[in-house]
Amino acid sequence: MQVPSPFEYERAQSVQHAIALLERLGEDARVVAGGHSLLPMMKLRLADPEYLVDINDLREELGYITVEGGEVRIGALVRHADLLADENLAALFPIIRDAERLIADPVVRNWGTLGGSLCQADPSEDLTTVCEALDAQCVITGSSGQRVVSMAEFYRGPYETAVGEAELLTEVRLPIRPGGASAYQKVKRRAGDWPVAASGVAVWLDGGTVTDARVALTAVGAEGVVDVSDVLVGATPSEEVFAAAGALASAASAPVTDSRGSAEYKRHLAGELTVRALRSAVERALSSTP
Amino acid sequence: MQVTMTVNGTEVSRDIEPRTLLVHFLRDTLGLTGTHWGCDTSNCGVCVVWVDERPVKSCTMLAAMAGGKSVRTVEGLERDGELDPVQRGFMECHGLQCGYCTPGMMMTARWLLDHNPDPTEGEIREAISGQICRCTGYSTIVRSIRWAATHENSSSIESPETAGSPS
Amino acid sequence: MTATPETAADPRDRRQTEFEDNDQKPIGFGRMLRKEDPRLIRGRGRFVDDVQLPGMLHLAILRAPVAHARIISVDTSAAEAHPKVRLVVTGAMLQEKGLAWMPTLSNDVQSVLATDKVRFQGQEVAFVVAEDRYSARDALELIDVEYEELTPVVDARRALDPSMPVIRDDLEGKTDNHIFDWETGDAAATEAAFAKADVVVTEDIVYPRVHPAPMETHAAVADFDRVEEKLTLWSTSQAPHAHRTLYAIVAGLPEHKIRVIAPDIGGGFGGKVPIYPGYVCAIVGSILLGVPVKWAEDRAENLTSGSFARDYIMRGEIAATKDGKILAIRTNVLADHGAFNGQAAPTKYPVGFFGVFTGSYDIEAAYAKVTAVYTNKAPGGVAYACSFRITEAVHLVERLVTSLALEMGIDQAEIRLRNFIRPEQFPYETKTGWVYDSGNYEETMRESMRIAGYEELLAEREEKRARGELMGIGVSFFTEAVGAGPRRKMDILGLGMADGCELRIHPTGKAVVRLSVKTQGQGHETTFAQIVSEEIGIPPADIEVVHGDTDNTPFGLGTYGSRSTPVSGAAAALVARKVRDKAQIIASGMLEVSVDDLEWEKGSFHVKGDPSASVTIQDIAMRAHGAGDLPDGLEGGLEAQICYNPENLTYPNGAYICVVDVDKGTGEVKVRRFIAVDDCGTRINPMIIEGQIHGGLVDGIGMALMEIIEFDEWGNCLGGSFMDYLIPTALECPDWETGFTVTPSPHHPIGAKGVGESATVGSPPAIVNAVVDALYPLGIRNVDMPMTPSRVWDAIQGHPRPPI
Repeated sequence: MQVPSPFEYERAQSVQHAIALLERLGEDARVVAGGHSLLPMMKLRLADPEYLVDINDLREELGYITVEGGEVRIGALVRHADLLADENLAALFPIIRDAERLIADPVVRNWGTLGGSLCQADPSEDLTTVCEALDAQCVITGSSGQRVVSMAEFYRGPYETAVGEAELLTEVRLPIRPGGASAYQKVKRRAGDWPVAASGVAVWLDGGTVTDARVALTAVGAEGVVDVSDVLVGATPSEEVFAAAGALASAASAPVTDSRGSAEYKRHLAGELTVRALRSAVERALSSTP
Repeated sequence: MQVTMTVNGTEVSRDIEPRTLLVHFLRDTLGLTGTHWGCDTSNCGVCVVWVDERPVKSCTMLAAMAGGKSVRTVEGLERDGELDPVQRGFMECHGLQCGYCTPGMMMTARWLLDHNPDPTEGEIREAISGQICRCTGYSTIVRSIRWAATHENSSSIESPETAGSPS
Repeated sequence: MTATPETAADPRDRRQTEFEDNDQKPIGFGRMLRKEDPRLIRGRGRFVDDVQLPGMLHLAILRAPVAHARIISVDTSAAEAHPKVRLVVTGAMLQEKGLAWMPTLSNDVQSVLATDKVRFQGQEVAFVVAEDRYSARDALELIDVEYEELTPVVDARRALDPSMPVIRDDLEGKTDNHIFDWETGDAAATEAAFAKADVVVTEDIVYPRVHPAPMETHAAVADFDRVEEKLTLWSTSQAPHAHRTLYAIVAGLPEHKIRVIAPDIGGGFGGKVPIYPGYVCAIVGSILLGVPVKWAEDRAENLTSGSFARDYIMRGEIAATKDGKILAIRTNVLADHGAFNGQAAPTKYPVGFFGVFTGSYDIEAAYAKVTAVYTNKAPGGVAYACSFRITEAVHLVERLVTSLALEMGIDQAEIRLRNFIRPEQFPYETKTGWVYDSGNYEETMRESMRIAGYEELLAEREEKRARGELMGIGVSFFTEAVGAGPRRKMDILGLGMADGCELRIHPTGKAVVRLSVKTQGQGHETTFAQIVSEEIGIPPADIEVVHGDTDNTPFGLGTYGSRSTPVSGAAAALVARKVRDKAQIIASGMLEVSVDDLEWEKGSFHVKGDPSASVTIQDIAMRAHGAGDLPDGLEGGLEAQICYNPENLTYPNGAYICVVDVDKGTGEVKVRRFIAVDDCGTRINPMIIEGQIHGGLVDGIGMALMEIIEFDEWGNCLGGSFMDYLIPTALECPDWETGFTVTPSPHHPIGAKGVGESATVGSPPAIVNAVVDALYPLGIRNVDMPMTPSRVWDAIQGHPRPPI
């Protein structure tokens, strides 16, 4: 088994302490939470930080799921397993449970975190898509205080986020809007594998008509949310409408051929999975209305 | 650096390099070789142990990160010389062949049964889906865990060392 | 895998509450729990990396980052200066000792450490020995190697182009990348059969490069004692005695001063048969330093440099009459052997046992030609439960037969039933010269169809097809040849494939049996105790099985090619009979009758007609060691040894049926059911047999759906981690449905045939046939392995992407 090169280890006692450590130790310091993105890279010697700042003890400050003021607030240290298990989240945002059931594997989900996944910003990261579909906001904390950014501002591109040096992603906020439902559909070659492609959608219905819809994609080179308002907003859900949205999703994709699949296949999946996710989300929305 | 943790109920303290992985700490520093390693990319799961009551792939955690926490390994499955029903189930149902993935499988099985005492076959397969076995084909592992689920409170009728002896 | 998190009634949401009684404690054959389990379930197994010796150091290997390059210079000074490094060795240093090259198991040579060139990515270039494994890894980065890159030969189909560089310019006079041509059968008779056939079907079938990937990687601890001048080597070896002899020949160490210990092994599957450069490096390190040296490869090393499997590019043709009677089979194969011919097969068999590609059918003619080439990839070829290339042979014939069936509109099971070798034809000599010992193929096939509910499946498929759903049924029937083998025909580098066995009964009636073979999970400590128990009547719990240590076991060629039961199992049965024969003489003295007046009832002799006049084997054992005279001419003690030279191979067979559902929108394949009926002759322990079958069936899912070692155009290995080399999890596998028939081997002392590789051999074609069957209504005739969702979908769209 491969092993990391040497580094120094610090354990943060609080968020402020973590930030102070990052400031002091500079650009050669990395934060480690679940460690299931960072440590594998360090073992393969693709990442080589001189200092690791362990924030796993910050559960009280960063390990919560609460509902406050019309939004769900999730601390960045919440583990995948806890996101998956939370019944409240599953009821409000079924897309989360859909996605979490298919992220990595059950043991990895015990330690990987929401914050770690979003900050890794892998183009194959499911939670980035989920947060885009749910129009999430990200709270970034630094020594000079907090700032709140949209997902579009947070995710800048592969492996790049708005979190600066000596800053931490501390919270993700999901707005609760009436009449909404969501779903996630994903294809992978095997349990635990990275996605070949995935689609996350959120829809809002009023009196059987779509009032808003958000579609985001995973691993197909799409940038940000796919604009489906032209075909979905104001429409009555139907297979034709879903197919039209799927076509937009395919068109917004720019996948590459690799061992996971051909570019043509991935582009097709962007559409096919969007259709299936829309079906699922709409069915959920309709079955929950009285 | 000095790291202190509780392993199978006993507090241990050692001086290690910060980069020491938990699996190497357990195997090479503490001599608890029941936990194994099998890959470089956190996929195979033969290294699964419990940290603070949750299964974790010990190849993807630093020993330093486990500092101050409680760790449970396969050596800590049996209590006072009594095998855990999971261990007995794996023997009764041929849930192991080479035995290399077995400690990790049993640690996950024990956690599953602690939280879901009567799991379906599908739930069992899902629970072990992050761990690879190259020998058994998984059906016997599922049976082993089902056996443990239905024999949690039965006492050990005989010592497993007498496997093969006449009744 | 499936994209829908919400499932309808999942057939796996059931709870098993009844369990087979595996603890029947038989005296001999039957269901019993395994004797090796008590230590393994406590985490008290002893695997090579568990070995810790005082003063032990750690070895790490520097490997080539490119596939083909000349070595210009190697600078180890920085590594040597590392405070925790004790030794750095390069190819040049080994060259001075004549150790830079070593023979392979196929009459070729391979580098231990590269000297002139590197010939595959991952090839060994230098090694360091340091105080701990982390420092050893650090020190590798301090070795500076300058390479001059050369064009790599990656596409086997182009390896023989004159424009391609010669990989093996180390071989005198080598001007191309050709290794050998081989043929079998009768080309003219086959051509005649094809000429008169009503139907001819041709298929291009690629069996991609895959890897045994056991959960435990290769490792060794070498401990050279300078005073005794004795080398003790713990290693992950399936063939400790063969390795010992080879080390003696290659390294010039006296054989009686080498001890090879293969302790618990975490899976072998044939990958732990070769001698790897890492073992040799550990030995050199220990000899030079005089302390124990441990080498434990990481997973990337295992996948990129450990013996691969398969990589056969096959074009197959099958000819039949209009009644579906198969006349002939013909094939042309391109075999990619990598940079060195390291294939681990009997030396006179350059394509292993591929000659059984005629399958389980009574045909008129057959012909095969195999061309083997070098490429810039790791060596190997025979591994991953292939029974020496029988996986390739069976895959070819079973794909051809199903293709023929689909082409002719004949049911896949029906066409096989029409063409099977019939029971009265055994022993049956095939058109390529293989003598199959026994089989009742129709019975086995029908049992499989019965368990599957074949008629209901056919009806369901029709119904689903009418709705446009893609359900497929795949059939595969295999005959394999295992138990190598008769010494006049089969050897490995001149070591005949006959195996020894020793049995000793102690005064109190307990026993120890010493084996030449080496289990890696197959349960020998249990099954061999059962074989002896069946003959001698001592309970298996009272029989200790000793294996894996060359200092206290008899010579033999080890465990692979499913040979343990056919060869060593025969030896164990026969040596027990030898002991029983001696016991009978001692009993005759104890009961004061002649030897012929005694009857054996497992565990005791009694006087014919007087059951009360009896002595147990335990009584006899004590008598054998006790005071008082023994019958004339008999020495004391109760033990025997034997070396068993098998008369022939044995031929296990089986009928497999696979049911799949293919998602047309995503190309995902779900293996819904898999029915496996196996005939391995006499069944020693049904619980263990079932385990062996289950394990091989997962291999089928792996190879059929997801496993492949791929390379890019520069020869970079893309399958070097478990993120890329995908092995099935419990979620991809159904609950296996197994059955059996019993057709004993007529020439084997207990009629047993071996079973370890059967399921790996028979399952991949069953799954591919099922997918092809599912896609048949769409006009698709072939899908290459691995049938990933993309590859299936691309095939459905009409532009399939072959894997290589």
